Amino acid sequence: MPFETVLGAWVATGLTLFIFTFLYQDNPLFKLAEHLYVGVSVGYTIVKVYDTVIVRLLYEPMVKQGDWSLLIPLGIGMLMLARYVPKIAWLSRIAFAFIVGVGSGLAIPRVISSYILKQVEDTVRPLVSLASEGGPTFTYNLLDPASNLNALVLLIGVVSVLFYFFFSVEHTGPVRVAARTGILFLMIAFGAAFGYTVMARMSLLIGRFTDLIEFADPRYGRASLWLLVATVATLIVSSARRREQPPGGG
Amino acid sequence: MIYLRRQLPLLITFVMGVVFAGQYYVPHPRSELMLTEVTKWLQIIGGFALVLGVTSLFHLHAVKIRRREPGWGYSIVLYAGMLGTIAIGLWVNGKESVNGAMTAFGWIYSNMMVPLQGTMFAILAFFIASAAYRSFRARSREAALLLIAAIIVMMGRVPLGEMLLPVSGDLTQWILNVLNTSVRRAILIGVSLGAVALSLKIIFGIERAYLGGGRE
Repeated sequence: MPFETVLGAWVATGLTLFIFTFLYQDNPLFKLAEHLYVGVSVGYTIVKVYDTVIVRLLYEPMVKQGDWSLLIPLGIGMLMLARYVPKIAWLSRIAFAFIVGVGSGLAIPRVISSYILKQVEDTVRPLVSLASEGGPTFTYNLLDPASNLNALVLLIGVVSVLFYFFFSVEHTGPVRVAARTGILFLMIAFGAAFGYTVMARMSLLIGRFTDLIEFADPRYGRASLWLLVATVATLIVSSARRREQPPGGG
Repeated sequence: MIYLRRQLPLLITFVMGVVFAGQYYVPHPRSELMLTEVTKWLQIIGGFALVLGVTSLFHLHAVKIRRREPGWGYSIVLYAGMLGTIAIGLWVNGKESVNGAMTAFGWIYSNMMVPLQGTMFAILAFFIASAAYRSFRARSREAALLLIAAIIVMMGRVPLGEMLLPVSGDLTQWILNVLNTSVRRAILIGVSLGAVALSLKIIFGIERAYLGGGRE
């Protein structure tokens, strides 16, 4: 087994266990791993942004292909940094104005088309279908998202939830009934989202445990076992020291 | 000077907003090229926005170290992690692997970032479970509905659940494909209407919060 693989297993196991210690209580090992996580993540993002933006989008097109029009976004980007010079801090507004203006302009037609009209179109579907003989028919299959019954449920769901969030009319009478139906739909959706999220987290947890079990193998120097012992020992010492410290003693 | 400081940004927002809202309705190659170019520009400008965020993080932890505030040692760990990753990343030109062999930067990604990120999200499973225990008691009809939907979806996502309650798989699919879709769709429509209204307010200079306060 290559040295860097074994070292990687020890580092990955240690950091995993350090994060898991938070389940016991906040402690120095968790804080160490947490700060390292932030540092490494920021460092990684900086390198990736440097590689993508500075090298691939700016340096190579400008120097190798002579695309000097890129000096404009470079200049606008530099204006953002004017925030650090109080006398010319207002120049950064130009950069923000450009980004916000372009973003708003791009958003309006695309949001209307994709997120409003398309969603309405998919909601308002025929509630009956034409059978092969030519007569109207109503399909009841719940497992088929395209069935007429599901089309009806979808329509009721969308309209009632929209009513729930529509505050321009008082929620009384028929509007109250629609809004109450909307709440029921919302509750089911929140429950489903919760269940889905829990299972996704469980999947990640299983992934971490799989790694820990694999790294307990003698090929990796039983990294999981040794580091588990070391982590537990550190937690015991840390807890004992914390108990010895007078309250408010930092 | 007031014009430059206050009116010029509003004018730029207005012109850019109108031009790029109109671009959608001009199916000409030049119009498409303009969109491609400006998308690239936004990526470049976004890179500079990262500088603002990182500088703020640097400053925050530098102050902690300078004043020897409680936990300042962890700030040094953060600096070490960040500067070490940057140095190694730049050394290998930001590549995780070269000719199939993992670089030191790739090693950091696989053995530090992935386990840390995975475990951070994984421990949320425990906190979600404890939060569920506290808040999921069926105190009302709505809470009961939320609880039942969550249990069905949880059971329907694993083989054991389907074995215990065979209908849970189909029921999960129905909940996700129909009930959940209808709610998501309604929320999406509402959020989109809000986004369009906000965009219009920005373009016409009614909403100016993005320009910040400070000197006129």
